[in-house]
Amino acid sequence: MAGSKRDMRTPLGRVLAHGSAKSGTGDHIRQRITAVAMVPLGLFFVGFIVALTGADYETARAWLGNPLVAIAALLLVVAAIMHMRIGMQIVIEDYVIGERLRSLALIGNFFFSYAVGLACVYAVAKIGFGA
Amino acid sequence: MQGPSGSAALLDCPNGVLRMAEQRQAAERPLSPHLQIYRVTITMAMSILHRIVGVALYAGTALVAWWLIAAAAGPEAYALFQSVAGHWFGQLVLFGFTWAFLHHLFGGIRYLLWDEIVATSPKAADTITWIAVISALAGTVLVWAIVFSMRGVI
Repeated sequence: MAGSKRDMRTPLGRVLAHGSAKSGTGDHIRQRITAVAMVPLGLFFVGFIVALTGADYETARAWLGNPLVAIAALLLVVAAIMHMRIGMQIVIEDYVIGERLRSLALIGNFFFSYAVGLACVYAVAKIGFGA
Repeated sequence: MQGPSGSAALLDCPNGVLRMAEQRQAAERPLSPHLQIYRVTITMAMSILHRIVGVALYAGTALVAWWLIAAAAGPEAYALFQSVAGHWFGQLVLFGFTWAFLHHLFGGIRYLLWDEIVATSPKAADTITWIAVISALAGTVLVWAIVFSMRGVI
């Protein structure tokens, strides 16, 4: 139907050829890549947290401050935040009815994801740098 | 102005008028069959659960952030986290978190397989779905068995 009189798309929209999906493919691929990354990282951290069972403050900090653990933790946080932002966005787009409410939910999703993500990154960095 | 003659007028409409028109149209459309029409299959149940568990994990990241911030903040903040996590309700949440994480992880691997056109036949899809469900439950029990044995409880 492209270019026909019934086409509701703008000329720019036609040239970009994204249809109504906009940047959906990029998020779809990001969702998969972060998922792949989180399989080993996630399983490692389940084991790591189990190993910290009963550990006191000093021990927990010493392990979290280990450079390899800290870098793995940062990778997991970045992958998880990206993954959950996309996942929640899809849920909101599917179920939240009403343009205004949906917009607010999508903005809230960004705020929550980035706030949690940056809080985790800051905490891991602070422990890692020994401040 | 290449669009049909009506489009310019439509664009000039105040938002409210457009919304009303949309709503009237929506009411007249036939509805597609929803959940109650279909036979429940394991893949369908897992698809729904995958989303619900994903949303739960989303909220759970706040707890992870709290743990890390507490560790960064100091011994008192960490002691507070530990006392809440050690409470029976905190333990229940952590148990649920463990299962939710493993369930979403093993369930998610199925989607990666299907993306690669692996195990796409209905029978194979059911099989790997059951494997994911059971792996997550077994993994959760294993994790907590290790935790309790480390504490000397069992």
